[in-house]
Amino acid sequence: MLSFIARSSIQKIITLFFVSVISFLVIHLAPGEPSQVDPLNPKFTPEMVERFRQQFHLDQPLYIQYAYFYRDLLTGKTASWKDNQPVLKKIWERFKNSLLLFVVGTVLTWTLSFPIGIRSAIFRGGVYDRSATFFSYLLISIPGFFFAYILIILVVSTLHVPVIDMETFGLGNTSWLRWLMDRVWHLLLPSVLGATGGIAVLSRYVRSQMMEVESQDYVRTARAKGVPEEQVHYKHALRNALLPFVTMFGLILPGLIGGSVIIESIFAWPGMGRMAYEAILARDYPIVLTVNFISAVLVLMGTFVSDVLYMVVDPRIRL
Amino acid sequence: MSAKEAERFLQPPGMEKPVASRESQWREFWRLLTKNRLAFVGLFIFVFFFLIALGGLILTSGTKPFFDPAVVRLEEKLRPPLSSPKSEILGSDRIPRLGLYLFGTDELGRDVFSRMLQGAWVSLTVGFVAVGIAVFIGILLGGISGYYGQNAVRADQMLVMIVWLLGIGLSVAGKAAVGILLLVGGSTLFIFSRGWKRNEGRREPSGWARVLWRKTISIDTLVMRFVDIMLCFPSFFLILTVVALLPASLYNIMVVIGLTSWMGTTRFVRAEFLSLREQDFVTAAHALGVSNWRIIFRHMIPNAIAPVLVSATIGIATAILTEAGLSFLGLGVPPPHATWGNILSDGKNFIFDAPWLTFIPGVAILIVVLSFNLFGEGLRDILNPRLRERS
Amino acid sequence: MLSVKDLKVYFYSDSRVARALDGVSYELRRGETVCLVGESGCGKTVSALTILRILPQPPGRIMDGKIFLDHQNLLDLDEDEMRKVRGRRIAMIFQEPMTSLNPVFSIGEQIGEAILVHEKVDQEEARKRCIQLLKDVGIPSPEERLKDYPHQLSGGQRQRVMIAMALACHPELVIADEPTTALDVTIQAQILNLFRELKRKREMSLLYITHDLGVVANIADRVYVMYAGVIAEQGEVRHIFHDPRHPYTQGLLASLPIRAKRGKALHSIPGTVPNPAFKPEGCPFHPRCPFAIERCRFEFPEMCDYGGGHLSRCPVLYGR
Repeated sequence: MLSFIARSSIQKIITLFFVSVISFLVIHLAPGEPSQVDPLNPKFTPEMVERFRQQFHLDQPLYIQYAYFYRDLLTGKTASWKDNQPVLKKIWERFKNSLLLFVVGTVLTWTLSFPIGIRSAIFRGGVYDRSATFFSYLLISIPGFFFAYILIILVVSTLHVPVIDMETFGLGNTSWLRWLMDRVWHLLLPSVLGATGGIAVLSRYVRSQMMEVESQDYVRTARAKGVPEEQVHYKHALRNALLPFVTMFGLILPGLIGGSVIIESIFAWPGMGRMAYEAILARDYPIVLTVNFISAVLVLMGTFVSDVLYMVVDPRIRL
Repeated sequence: MSAKEAERFLQPPGMEKPVASRESQWREFWRLLTKNRLAFVGLFIFVFFFLIALGGLILTSGTKPFFDPAVVRLEEKLRPPLSSPKSEILGSDRIPRLGLYLFGTDELGRDVFSRMLQGAWVSLTVGFVAVGIAVFIGILLGGISGYYGQNAVRADQMLVMIVWLLGIGLSVAGKAAVGILLLVGGSTLFIFSRGWKRNEGRREPSGWARVLWRKTISIDTLVMRFVDIMLCFPSFFLILTVVALLPASLYNIMVVIGLTSWMGTTRFVRAEFLSLREQDFVTAAHALGVSNWRIIFRHMIPNAIAPVLVSATIGIATAILTEAGLSFLGLGVPPPHATWGNILSDGKNFIFDAPWLTFIPGVAILIVVLSFNLFGEGLRDILNPRLRERS
Repeated sequence: MLSVKDLKVYFYSDSRVARALDGVSYELRRGETVCLVGESGCGKTVSALTILRILPQPPGRIMDGKIFLDHQNLLDLDEDEMRKVRGRRIAMIFQEPMTSLNPVFSIGEQIGEAILVHEKVDQEEARKRCIQLLKDVGIPSPEERLKDYPHQLSGGQRQRVMIAMALACHPELVIADEPTTALDVTIQAQILNLFRELKRKREMSLLYITHDLGVVANIADRVYVMYAGVIAEQGEVRHIFHDPRHPYTQGLLASLPIRAKRGKALHSIPGTVPNPAFKPEGCPFHPRCPFAIERCRFEFPEMCDYGGGHLSRCPVLYGR
């Protein structure tokens, strides 16, 4: 086990290195100048531009820039080009918001997908299965923002509850219960939105895994031994069907950064996705690169965790 | 059904009745397809959509198109579907072709129906080109990795590859002169090294040769590490980055989506090749003297294609949704060209006044994407040999 | 003790009906070893699965027939009562030891489960019994083996574990569905010896399903030969081997390589086994039968009695 950890870590660090190089190259080789340095803007005199370039080492060859950037990144001193705030602090602020959304969404997804998928598999072909299938297809095919707007319209016009942003502006000093309810309402819609797509995909996958396992010989053996039907499903079949999902669990870590850009834009949720998106548009390279780096770290950590979990859970791998 | 009724299924006896009826592969495919209703409906809708897109392209392109999506009629903005134009104000050349606004007009008074027709082709192309690129790269890399995987890359081959990569990278980045120089240099190195190896190989390799011919990592490791690196980039984020940094154009979007979604296909193809390679028919072909290329193309790829097809159809659906998402964020195909994504996103500002601007493209995207997904899932059931009946 | 009467099981798919069992009857007495012989696809496994009622019922359907276990029709029992029969009164051993054990549970847990679902014993007692069972089936150092997982065992060992699981509650009847087909010949001999010894010690009945006539000659008391979902011939093992009265049985025996003369072509039965969905009318064997007459094409033959429990479904040979 220890040798595996060591080997795996080294490989991941090498991968991380390559990722850092590639993302750096992609950003810097693309046409366009960083935000503040806009040659057409009359406020920037040539001397200011020159000073700016020097300060951010933009006049140095690429590999020196690379070294500077990553030194700053790893020591936490990188600064955003837009407003000179330290990048890590900015990211942390937004990260907390994204995390909230992410956690709620993930919990919803994982707690709902399994019962739905398992039930669909056991009662394959029945009414439950067919309607679950129908809704799954619908949910994965609908464009996210379209669905979001439908939900918003429905909720706002029927329930008269405000849903944009994290909390209602100008709520002022109310009882903590009302504040809590307000926060919950604001949190509900975007996380539900994020979860529905996930539930649709995951429950289908659970279903197909479950069906595959149910057709295995050892399930038949269990039945022939006289094991009660529920135990056949939930003890023998499920335990095997869950194996790939334990490993998937490690891989949800990267989802923290991933697809929330659209949801955050619609709901004006001040999260990391939106910040990254704005940074891209504004060509604020430090933020973009840092987010990219963090994402790569999360992906690698996620795969590492899932590999370890796989070894723990499947006796065939352990030895 | 009682035993008696079941006996009606009995075929008339015959001494020479074959055990399995002989059907060609295509016929069997068709039969399974028609039985799986969802997949059939998916395919049907897709064909329908294809015809509309094609028709739409023809009908809306050219300088005097049949349905003109670009005519701006500010007096007629935000008119609901199935409303008639006020023909007194408009000149005869600006009246919509069918005499009414089938899907209403948008905020600039353009006929939404014509714009949808124009956008259909774009959505289709985005899907197919992006997935085409992804599948091509996926099969290439996955096949090489799966088939040649165990072969190690020699140090001199590695050197040539690095030089080539640098050359391409620099050319793309604009320093074309240095880039081309590197490419030429790399190619000469390549030819030279091949010749050198062939000659030197006869005798005991010299010191130089021993260093340069050392084995580095295997091809499989190389390709899979590359896949891992690409997977570290959050895909939507990467697409955003590249699309935002490059000049906005349809082709850029398609290429970028393609270049960021080949990883799954590569994994599938590699896995299939790894298992197929051990199978007896490959060994038999080898023993018969069939060349490697022919084995890969003629024998292995047709067998490995099943998961690729499934992920390709679902990939088309995803590409269409991605394009819509990009348009929503303002990074899609630049105006005035219509795509379903940007009709939808333009409409979001008028969602309470003109809901049709959101609903019509939204539902259209939903139906097309749904049909692809259904077809893909049906394809998976059809191509799964375990679920196939014994005929 | 066990009596299968006129069992009809059909499989329904979208386009056709496969008549897997078309009126099969056989029986076992206490302490007997009965072999069910036939080629792949003749329905032997289907009949075994139907006895335990673990046949997947959506494609399959029990159309007709009765299965008596000591005067109780198993087909009348509800699920809970049936569950008490499975593993406790009738146990089954399957063909593929490589996939018949759950890979994520240790063999101790799986054998223990066979005990715990039927009997109220504590963990320690169950553990002791597991160790004893492993000893009985010939697995060395059983105390250490309890913690092992199936993938750590060889095929032969896994099959022994399956046998241990089947014997855990001292069933009256053990159904063995081609238990040695997937194993090497030497292991096959060991397993057969094991069966023989276990039967002797525990006084149980054994329904042994196989397509290997050598195995039949070795352990059977009585034999039922199946073809295309019906019993073609039945009788004591010496009757079947020395005096086969059905053309199919005769063909099977003649096809044994040991019967062939050196240098001459091996005997084989022309044609192939019919598809259960497209069975010929009349006698199911008639398209391949060297003795077939006109009547065989239309009339489904009844069993002909040769005395001493020897019956054959061929009136043509009966007449000779």
